[in-house]
Amino acid sequence: MSFLVLADIRKNYGPQTVVQKFDLNVERGEFVSFLGPSGCGKTTTLRMVAGFEIPTAGSIKIDGKEITRLHPNKRNVGMVFQSYALFPNMTVAENVAFGLKIAKKPAAEIKSRVDEMLNIVKLPHLAGRYPYQLSGGQQQRVALARAIAIKPKVLLLDEPLSALDAKIRVSLREEIRSLQRALGITTIYVTHDQEEALSMSDRIVVMNEGRVEQIGAPFEIYNQPKTRFVASFVGTLNVLKGEVVDSAAGRLRVDGQELIAARSMPPTNAGEPCLLALRPEAATISAGSQTGPDRGLNHMTGTIEEVSFLGSVVRIRVRFKENAISLDTFNNPNAAPPERGAQVTVTFAREDILVLEGAA
Amino acid sequence: MAQDAQLSQKPAAASLQLSQKTWAWIGVTPFFIFALMFLILPTVDLMIGAFQDPDGNFTLQNLANLNSPTIISAYVISLKVSIASALTGAVFGFFMAYAAVLGGLPQWIRPTLMTFSGVASNFAGLPLAFAFIATLGRVGLVTVLARDWLGFNLYGTGFNLLSFWGLTITYLYFQIPLMVLIIAPALDGLKREWREASEILGASRWQYWRHVAFPILWPSILGTTLLLFANSFGAVATAYALTGSSLNIVTILLYAQIRGDVLHDQGLGYALALGMILITGLSNGAYIWLRQRSERWLR
Amino acid sequence: MTQARLGSWIAIVLGTLYFVIPLIGTFEFSMKMRRGEYSFDAYRVVLNDPQFQATFAYSTVLALATIVVGVVLVVPTAYWIQLRLPKLRPLVEFITLMPLVIPAIVIVFGYIRLYNSSSILPMTSHARATDLLLTFSYVTLALPYMYRAVDTGLRSIDVRTLTEAAENLGAGWPTILFRVILPNVRSAILSGAFLTFAIVIGEFTMASLLNRPAFGVYLQNIGANRAYEPSALAIIAFLVTWACMGLINVFGRGKQIKAAP
Repeated sequence: MSFLVLADIRKNYGPQTVVQKFDLNVERGEFVSFLGPSGCGKTTTLRMVAGFEIPTAGSIKIDGKEITRLHPNKRNVGMVFQSYALFPNMTVAENVAFGLKIAKKPAAEIKSRVDEMLNIVKLPHLAGRYPYQLSGGQQQRVALARAIAIKPKVLLLDEPLSALDAKIRVSLREEIRSLQRALGITTIYVTHDQEEALSMSDRIVVMNEGRVEQIGAPFEIYNQPKTRFVASFVGTLNVLKGEVVDSAAGRLRVDGQELIAARSMPPTNAGEPCLLALRPEAATISAGSQTGPDRGLNHMTGTIEEVSFLGSVVRIRVRFKENAISLDTFNNPNAAPPERGAQVTVTFAREDILVLEGAA
Repeated sequence: MAQDAQLSQKPAAASLQLSQKTWAWIGVTPFFIFALMFLILPTVDLMIGAFQDPDGNFTLQNLANLNSPTIISAYVISLKVSIASALTGAVFGFFMAYAAVLGGLPQWIRPTLMTFSGVASNFAGLPLAFAFIATLGRVGLVTVLARDWLGFNLYGTGFNLLSFWGLTITYLYFQIPLMVLIIAPALDGLKREWREASEILGASRWQYWRHVAFPILWPSILGTTLLLFANSFGAVATAYALTGSSLNIVTILLYAQIRGDVLHDQGLGYALALGMILITGLSNGAYIWLRQRSERWLR
Repeated sequence: MTQARLGSWIAIVLGTLYFVIPLIGTFEFSMKMRRGEYSFDAYRVVLNDPQFQATFAYSTVLALATIVVGVVLVVPTAYWIQLRLPKLRPLVEFITLMPLVIPAIVIVFGYIRLYNSSSILPMTSHARATDLLLTFSYVTLALPYMYRAVDTGLRSIDVRTLTEAAENLGAGWPTILFRVILPNVRSAILSGAFLTFAIVIGEFTMASLLNRPAFGVYLQNIGANRAYEPSALAIIAFLVTWACMGLINVFGRGKQIKAAP
């Protein structure tokens, strides 16, 4: 029995459906991210777990107990807000102690717990400061300490790092993850930053326009995206428009050049258009003009359209006819990057071509 | 050649800068002259006058003369009316602002209340007095209706519009709107996330108000109450129209003194004014200090 | 309905009653001039009263003068402070707060002492000079609001950048002031102007102590001597105040609509 269960959750605001059919089972101690663009419903779903929104349909259970309509202050759930939401009239220590004070814990216990929490987030020296005297990163750590001080069953984080500088984001990201692992708290993390989601999560729920697009581990989401949206939202992706030659054999044609895809495709008529995805790191480039499938590899001939020297990486765009793909090669200090206009062969394995659900 | 052009530009720019600053000083001079002549000097002169005897020598006698029964009683009544109208205005104004901003009422109530408060807070002075005479005076609408519909004789209870309570109730007409106008933005400043954060940490609504919202708001509430107090203390016209000279409050006393030297002592008049300046000055100074403090927290 | 919402409704309803009943009472009373029936007689008497017309005209003229003097004083000051003399800002703000701290009666008392017939500047000895003095006293009353409105207006249009752009294009400071700055703070000035009008029209204390025939003095006279006319005047005054506030809203909102493309 999973620790946190969201079953068939839906949320409507009048005629507008904001979350459609959300199902998720989270194991105890798992770190799950909700990833998606603004307006996709990820924050609304999080707020339903917190209790600030009531689902129009469906149920939420924590540790077997039904909490769908329970008041937020009775759920024993911790939450970290995007804007930190520290109480400005209280010191750091008082902020962290707040939940314990409300729960009427004895003073000695409160003090020791607050000290412990501040040590965990490495801010014991700021206990007497007020929020307006702290930097953004410090405020967020205090917010984290405050949320876990009450030993919540589930920890919810609503884009906690969006308001911070890039460098602090990266270091805080690692801190949050290691803290979560050490304490073993079941966690839900909402973000629109795919790098955050990929690096921190045990599993990711990719959402778009209220729908769940895919649920899976980061490796799976990145390398085996199920839909075009997931493929394009997570990582960079080349999308090619082609047509089906023989769906049973996996034969496709792009700009007049033949390819074979190794992964299975739903049965499609010959001549039907299809969308193909290719990760830039899956393709390699070489001189010459080979084309067509050959021993498990696909080759396509194209012309170099643009070469961007990015330092350790050289990004090359190769154009076929209608389609073009971007691929990355490492900088070679002993060889100049290829020239624009040169004819090259692009090579990639059959397994690397993904046929996407949904046409152009 | 390009360099020459650059060099020749620099000194011109420098001289332009210099004359611009001078222009600025010239530009603000009328304001400062005006402020000096029509704000600062009159006030300072008045305060000096409080310490002068008729021949112009320094004396503390004027201040000592404040200690007369008429004057003390005037100050006492002024203070009572000001405190009563400030506290009552603050409480009712707070609840009305709360109801409009956070009370979950229909959207149109807030702008209507704000507009009306803007009008009502300026509707002080004589017309206000006339309005209340027409309503709560001896033959006022409410007095008459209370007698005819409820059998309740308002004036039989000893109530009199031309008295301490009457004045207080009348003053509320501009005190409450002033409180609403100032406190509504402060209530806006209460971020929704604070309420949610407190809830998720287990607090009830009442606990949120007690531990978070009121502590954040109290500088504004207290400050505005002090503003209301000073506002009431310095008001003349309404009181004059309501009570003529029958209610002995400081402003009316001062008014009578300026008009007709009823105290037969110029210096005493100045001392009265000095007392007023001190009271309203302290009160408003505290309001400004409190406002700055709460702004710092809510950054 | 939740308990909290019920409480909010009660507060609003009680408040509304408190504010509306006096208006109803005043209006009802003002209609009772003709024995036995409701009529607008009181209004007719008042509006036809030459004293009403004279004092209202006098106060209107003074209000306009106050607005002009106020604008001339405040706009350049706010402009230069924002642009070149930011260090003087606290001093200027303190000055603009003084009229709120010091009651009007004290200010006019100071004028009488300082500018009476035996001083260097005997402004109270001549009628016109006293009119000027009264105007200046009204300017001090309106100063806080006028300054705040214009200052906020200037801040919202980023004066510094506008000025630099204009200078870059070759404009001298009069051009900048009249063609660039003033048009943009027009709505702030208008807001300040209407507020000033509302303040001056009903002002009593200063006018009465300086012995000038202002509308406020007329009101007090009527109030002391007549029965029904004061109520009519109160309703008229309320409508004028309402109109002023309404116009402020119109001009304030107008600016916002223009700013959103």
